[in-house]
Amino acid sequence: MTRILPRGAFSVQGLTEIWAYRELLYFLTLRDIKVRYKQTLIGVAWAILQPVVSTVIFSLIFTGWARFETGDTPYPLFAMCGLTLWLFNQNAVSISSSSFVNNTNFVTKVYFPRLIVPLASTFAALFDLLFSIAVLAVMMAYYRVAPSASAVAAPLFLLIALVSAAAMGILLSALNVRFRDVKFAVPFLLQVWMIASPVFYPASMISAKWRLVFAVNPMTGVVEGFRAALFGMPFDWAVIGVSAASTLALLIISLIIFGRMEDDFADII
Amino acid sequence: MIKARELTKEYVLGGAATTSIRDALTALVKRKAVDRKILRALDGVSFEISEGETVGIIGGNGAGKSTLLKVLSRITKPTYGAAEIAGRVGSLLEVGTGFHNELSGRENIYLNGAILGMRRSEIDARFDEIVAFSEIEKFLDTPVKHYSSGMYMRLAFSIAAHLDPEVLIVDEVLAVGDMAFQKKCLGKMRTIGESGRTVLFVSHDMSAISRLCSRAIWLKSGKVAADGETREVLDAYLHEQSQTGAEHIWEKADRPGDDTAKLNSVRVTDRDGETTAIIDIRQRVYVEMEYEVLKDDKPLVPNLHFFNEQNVCIFVTHDWGSEWRHRARPRGTYTSRVEIPGNFLAEGSIYVGAALTTYQPLDVHFVEWDAVRFTVADSLDGDSARGDYAGTMPGIVRPVLHWDTEAAG
Repeated sequence: MTRILPRGAFSVQGLTEIWAYRELLYFLTLRDIKVRYKQTLIGVAWAILQPVVSTVIFSLIFTGWARFETGDTPYPLFAMCGLTLWLFNQNAVSISSSSFVNNTNFVTKVYFPRLIVPLASTFAALFDLLFSIAVLAVMMAYYRVAPSASAVAAPLFLLIALVSAAAMGILLSALNVRFRDVKFAVPFLLQVWMIASPVFYPASMISAKWRLVFAVNPMTGVVEGFRAALFGMPFDWAVIGVSAASTLALLIISLIIFGRMEDDFADII
Repeated sequence: MIKARELTKEYVLGGAATTSIRDALTALVKRKAVDRKILRALDGVSFEISEGETVGIIGGNGAGKSTLLKVLSRITKPTYGAAEIAGRVGSLLEVGTGFHNELSGRENIYLNGAILGMRRSEIDARFDEIVAFSEIEKFLDTPVKHYSSGMYMRLAFSIAAHLDPEVLIVDEVLAVGDMAFQKKCLGKMRTIGESGRTVLFVSHDMSAISRLCSRAIWLKSGKVAADGETREVLDAYLHEQSQTGAEHIWEKADRPGDDTAKLNSVRVTDRDGETTAIIDIRQRVYVEMEYEVLKDDKPLVPNLHFFNEQNVCIFVTHDWGSEWRHRARPRGTYTSRVEIPGNFLAEGSIYVGAALTTYQPLDVHFVEWDAVRFTVADSLDGDSARGDYAGTMPGIVRPVLHWDTEAAG
């Protein structure tokens, strides 16, 4: 029995339905992956080129006139490790933020749980992440750095990164339907966000006093935790805890805002 | 089963649309309601449709038909009111939703099927059927951007046609595509309706509605104006909707004509003499014109001109049988009536022009194009010219002819 209730009326249908529509989520993710590199000259090579070129540039700058203390880890490996997660976040957030605007007819011509649209874009970005991880593995082999025993914890940080990117994508995609300013704000936001994340520098540079404030940025705990896991450095559980909590808070806020806005999507898009 | 109670949908004009953050902030700071106009697209719409009914929704542009379908398809939520639908709902407000040009036919079948709510296992099971129906076997692995528009539509439609919902909601899908496509579409909808599932169908094509639906709901300015047997509702709708109805009566001062004769009225009736805007294709239909002759010095020949929707003249008929064919007609009021046999006109709207002419020397006393209009409907009972064929039939007339078929030996 399908019940149609006025807008604003409480309904749990939306959330439970995502499971019922999981196959659609799968096909949309697959579509986003397939379409991403169609009609490009070098195809999926972009997924490799992007992290490699960034790593080279950072390495040229930060092993030359500016240096960071990265312990035993060679700087290129250090930077690539951060870029692996950061580029995933950047791709996922930028694609999913425009997911509704780019799929207008999905919203105005057919019903399905709306959350699926930004989620599919986020999941599709996982495909590029696989390539980054492969590049990272090759680099580790090149520098003869074996993953430490704590590397088993690495997937946990990938998971937090996924949740954080999904939450941000959900929020921005909904805001973008209503406010087209989002389109202009996203590249800027991502730029600032990267600088505020320990991608090309270590979080240890920040004074201990400020580090927890810094950790409100989910990417701080994600990148730091991922590195610590791979290279066998001690985990800073306080930073990771704050980042995880803020990821969860971001997800809840995003879902609430999305839930309040989605009823109007078809009318205003 | 669909149960709608007081469905109301309001749109805020000039306020809720896409805005920039700046506008939103300005509105917030100034606390000034931006000149907001509320449009009620649906205004307390209630109805109940039982399982297995095929119901047509008609109404003019902006009457709320599409909004109603969007609300029932859950694309948008009502502002007030509620509805319940029992069974799986399939809605086709467009065919090919979510098709991606870069993907192959095969990939789009799965994607579009999933968007329409089909399970992967269902798509797998019907995959061959979908491909056969769409006739694109050879191009299954070609990106759809290389398809002709006909192939694209065929593929899109055959996916939709293999959707197997308990409640099907369809909007004007028939308006697109070539004839062969529309034919398949109508045939498929008929099969779905006959298999005991509930179909809700919006169309501007009155003959398609009368052919497929046993019941019709007429929406007017967001309200239910009529709900009942298709023929009655269409009749009322056609009568109101166009100024050219089944009856046209002129005010005494506005009557067309010259100083010899004036046209009083023209009307379309069934065999019982009842004015009707819609007529079964098998039934005789009558067109009668009433006119007043003011001067008794000329022979007068009434004549009627029949046009279809494409403005093709189907035929012209003159009253050559009258005793006044070659004689001057006495003053007075006359009614001339012509009988058009059943199984002659094709389905669709027929516009009738009425004229009164003297032929020697030629003098047209009045000619009123589009004086009346009526719709010929084929209810698909099997004994009209279309027989068991549910699709669109070409041709400006549709006679039932005598055939002989003999086995050769």
